[in-house]
Amino acid sequence: MDKQKPLMGKADVLEGLAEHPAIKAILSWNPEALLDAKFDRGELTLTIAAEKICSAAVAVQTAGYNFLEDLTAVDWFPSSPRFQVSYHILSHSFKEYIRLSVLLDGADPVVESMTSVWPSANYYEREVFDLFGIQFSGHPNLRRILMPDEWEGYPLRKDYPVEGYR
Amino acid sequence: MVSIGDTRIHQAPPAEGAKDQHMVINMGPQHPATHGVLRLVLEIDGEIVVRLYPEIGYLHTGIEKTCEAKFYQQVVPLTDRINYLDPMSNNLCYCLAVEKLIGLEIPEKATWLRVLLAELSRLNSHLIWLGTHAMDIGALTVFLYTFREREEILRIFEGLAGQRMMTSYIRIGGLSMEPPLDFLDRVQGFINMLPEKIDEYANLLTGNPIFRNRLKGVGYLSPEDAVALGVTGPVMRASGVDFDLRRDIPYCGYEKFPFQVPISTDGDCWARYEVRLVEMRESIKIIQMVLDGMPEGPVKADAPKIVLPDREKMKTQMEALIHHFKIVTEGFAVPAGEVYQGIEAGHGATGYYVVSDGTAKPYRVHMRYPSFATLQALETMCKGRMLADVVAVIGSIDIVLGEIDR
Repeated sequence: MDKQKPLMGKADVLEGLAEHPAIKAILSWNPEALLDAKFDRGELTLTIAAEKICSAAVAVQTAGYNFLEDLTAVDWFPSSPRFQVSYHILSHSFKEYIRLSVLLDGADPVVESMTSVWPSANYYEREVFDLFGIQFSGHPNLRRILMPDEWEGYPLRKDYPVEGYR
Repeated sequence: MVSIGDTRIHQAPPAEGAKDQHMVINMGPQHPATHGVLRLVLEIDGEIVVRLYPEIGYLHTGIEKTCEAKFYQQVVPLTDRINYLDPMSNNLCYCLAVEKLIGLEIPEKATWLRVLLAELSRLNSHLIWLGTHAMDIGALTVFLYTFREREEILRIFEGLAGQRMMTSYIRIGGLSMEPPLDFLDRVQGFINMLPEKIDEYANLLTGNPIFRNRLKGVGYLSPEDAVALGVTGPVMRASGVDFDLRRDIPYCGYEKFPFQVPISTDGDCWARYEVRLVEMRESIKIIQMVLDGMPEGPVKADAPKIVLPDREKMKTQMEALIHHFKIVTEGFAVPAGEVYQGIEAGHGATGYYVVSDGTAKPYRVHMRYPSFATLQALETMCKGRMLADVVAVIGSIDIVLGEIDR
């Protein structure tokens, strides 16, 4: 599958990978919420509407993608939408990863918490909140996890300096 | 879906001054059984743990931020410092991710040597786990024995890379240099000796009634909880989830080496002990297979714009000198895109998420490290158990604070 040529854009992916279990699951759940898709370097990325990410996760979880391996964010400052939250989900039965991602605006970024689907999202979301300042609504304990509680600013944002005194 | 009262959801600790009949005690960050700078806030009822909140971040150095200011090849030495007990796996995972981004093919000998080094590194990590775990329980002797064997691994690494712990030996495009001439013989000598030593540890521990009683039935984790909480590696396999990235999503040529993945369904500390001991024996088998079939050839990819030239060529050929100068001063541009590469390191599934914007510096490097996720399961494993069991459980999940805090 790695050697397959990259597919960019929703239409190409839906045509080229129509039999992919994750794509089938998303399409039978809500094709409207799938904003974009790409298949690049053997990795499938599905961009989901931010307000629907939890139910999309339930859909792929039911389809067999049972393990949330990683959750993180990317700051695309200064372009808009600014933040991308990436969910790397592993299937123990299909033996492959998929990536769900959502795009968030720079001002007051909020996304649903994944803790109700996978409790393991708890620490990952705290880390993203701590370092990017993205809020997760419905998170049971959204506090800073790595930085001191009284820290100001969000270190992994691109407008936060790498070195020097703040 | 889980309800908010579920033990798997970590809630905030009670506010200070709240009327509560339970005693709240602090364990760490300076505590010999927390394997670094882990701080636990424990709510106890008598000697029974009611709730437990890990407080982490004491070792946070912002490696992910630092990566964004470095060239791709300059990130390799940073990765060693994350999990300092399993350096080769960190290097390997990062290099595989970047090679996937570039689409770089690695010579066969380099991939075989990478497998060998990753397994040696796993043995290194497991030896430290066994020694410190037994020491937490009170069996100090095993610690001295396992560190004796670990010393040999470190000497092999020193001969290989000039460094005992922060090896940075695996580089983008292969390895940093040819291994020394006596390297394969030394590894052969080491793995000839090791099975006997593992028998020796097992003799000391497996039949030891104190060790047995401290571990059996302690720290139970069900397979459903293991998956829900993101637990990976030996801890997950001891809970009965049969998954190993080396076997199921092979990377770096692991599909060439058939090996057994040990599973236990007991899910307690004892099962983790047994699973890791078998894993060590399987690692020895993999190393033997690599040694028996080691191919000939170069250890660096033929990609002059990415891989530094040999010293000899750099001094005699103009082109090599130019490439060397370019790589060192400007780095190399990596095509835009994002990749996630997962590997099975000693502690569990390690993953690197590398995002490139087409320049010579990574736009974003995120490391997924197993200990960070496994720590979330600590409360589930310890709740309702005795305070002293917390020490046994922390030992059995084998955490490294360097990779939790990064």
